[in-house]
Amino acid sequence: MSRTNLHIDWTRCDGRGLCTELLPDLLVRDDWGYPLAADPSLDDKSNIPLGRDDEPAAAEAAALCPRLALAVRRRRP
Amino acid sequence: MKTSATMAGPETGTGPGGTNRLFAAGEYAGFSSHLHTYGPLAADQAAPGLIEELEFSGLTGRGGAAFPVWQKMAAVAAGHSAVVVANGAEGEPLSFKDQMLLQHAPHLVIDGLLAAAAAVRATRLYLYTGEAGLAPVRRAVAERSDARKIRLVQAPDTFVAGEASTVVNAIRTGTALPLDRTQRLSETGLRGRPTLVHNVETLAHIGLIARFGADWFRSAGTGRDPGTRLVSVSGDVAVATVLEVPGDAPVEDILLAAGTEPASLSAVLAGGYHGQWTGPSGANLSASGPEPQTIRPGAGVLFAVGRHHCGLAATAQIMRYLASQSAGQCGPCRFGLPALATAWEQLAAGEGSPRLLPELQRLGLLTAGRGACHHPDGTVRMAASALELFAPDVRLHLAGRCNRQEAAS
Repeated sequence: MSRTNLHIDWTRCDGRGLCTELLPDLLVRDDWGYPLAADPSLDDKSNIPLGRDDEPAAAEAAALCPRLALAVRRRRP
Repeated sequence: MKTSATMAGPETGTGPGGTNRLFAAGEYAGFSSHLHTYGPLAADQAAPGLIEELEFSGLTGRGGAAFPVWQKMAAVAAGHSAVVVANGAEGEPLSFKDQMLLQHAPHLVIDGLLAAAAAVRATRLYLYTGEAGLAPVRRAVAERSDARKIRLVQAPDTFVAGEASTVVNAIRTGTALPLDRTQRLSETGLRGRPTLVHNVETLAHIGLIARFGADWFRSAGTGRDPGTRLVSVSGDVAVATVLEVPGDAPVEDILLAAGTEPASLSAVLAGGYHGQWTGPSGANLSASGPEPQTIRPGAGVLFAVGRHHCGLAATAQIMRYLASQSAGQCGPCRFGLPALATAWEQLAAGEGSPRLLPELQRLGLLTAGRGACHHPDGTVRMAASALELFAPDVRLHLAGRCNRQEAAS
């Protein structure tokens, strides 16, 4: 487990869905097309914990998001 | 509201006795009656040790979250060029205590703002409130020489206007919309400065604790919920009113003090539209303590529903209102809340199918926790408490019936 999260800025997200295609193991789409954590047990649905293997794809999704709504961030202590 | 006959006066150095503290200077108190009642307060002299005194006092935020006041201040004091905001944007439709406080005791709020600002060495001070609150504050600021540095900012009349990141955004840009927050406001808020946002009632208590100390503050209330708080009581009551009550007060005592017989009610919504449904007796309104013996006061709200009114219908109306108050920035809130409100209206109207309850559950999970602010979370939590408290009514409604007069049409 790495020490990063994928942060979703809901004020920017428009539900284009690119991230859910790039990160199919982490994100699914909800009723309205917005990214939804695939793990339903997560408490924080806006900051999805990343494994080390997830980081490159997550970084790519953040870079490609047309709304700049994603960011890979260090987890808060 | 009556003026206090029990206050001890500044000569003795003790604060007002009883629980009539915040309004002890009387109606529409000007600066002279304020000084006569409480005595003067020099912010610079009050500042050293104030944060420690607030820690001993156990004062919690009176805007809704009930966070320990000293902790927020200690975090802000650790930074430089801090900003302090007195938050009087009372977006909660069931709350009117902040406006009443600004009407009748604006000087206490100003005292608290100046003392808190001195304690965290703030360089910018704001007071943010709706149009109705600004007028008395403007008059109060003009009455004294130490308050000119306070900048007054008008808050819009929306539900989310008082949310802390919204407050900062509104002051900075004039747009009262929540911000995506990845850092705490106490670390980086307005223009990147450490920012302290306190509710106006919280500041008024600080204005008193700075004078009379933590022990005096704790002489009302209980160990787990010291001091007093303002409570807006409305709904199926004789007259909607604001009461100052001791911490940890039984809900039924507050209802009785408001002239309402608890037995005439089927339920009470405590805390506001983001609060929790509870019975009209059996719980204390307290910032902490076990549930269901205690219930959170939130913004200091009790909304009463009479026996002849349907709690599910009341909840459905609130859900529709809260859906309309989504700022529309965050998709799950923008689409999830209207979907939830529609399902609630079906339940209230007795049009439910067996699939309705699982659907309410599913929509709640899709909506809560997926926004920049806590509007969706608070809404979903309130709705869940309604399903729990009104479980017998839910069963009837799902069978197409309601045993309350104002049922489904």
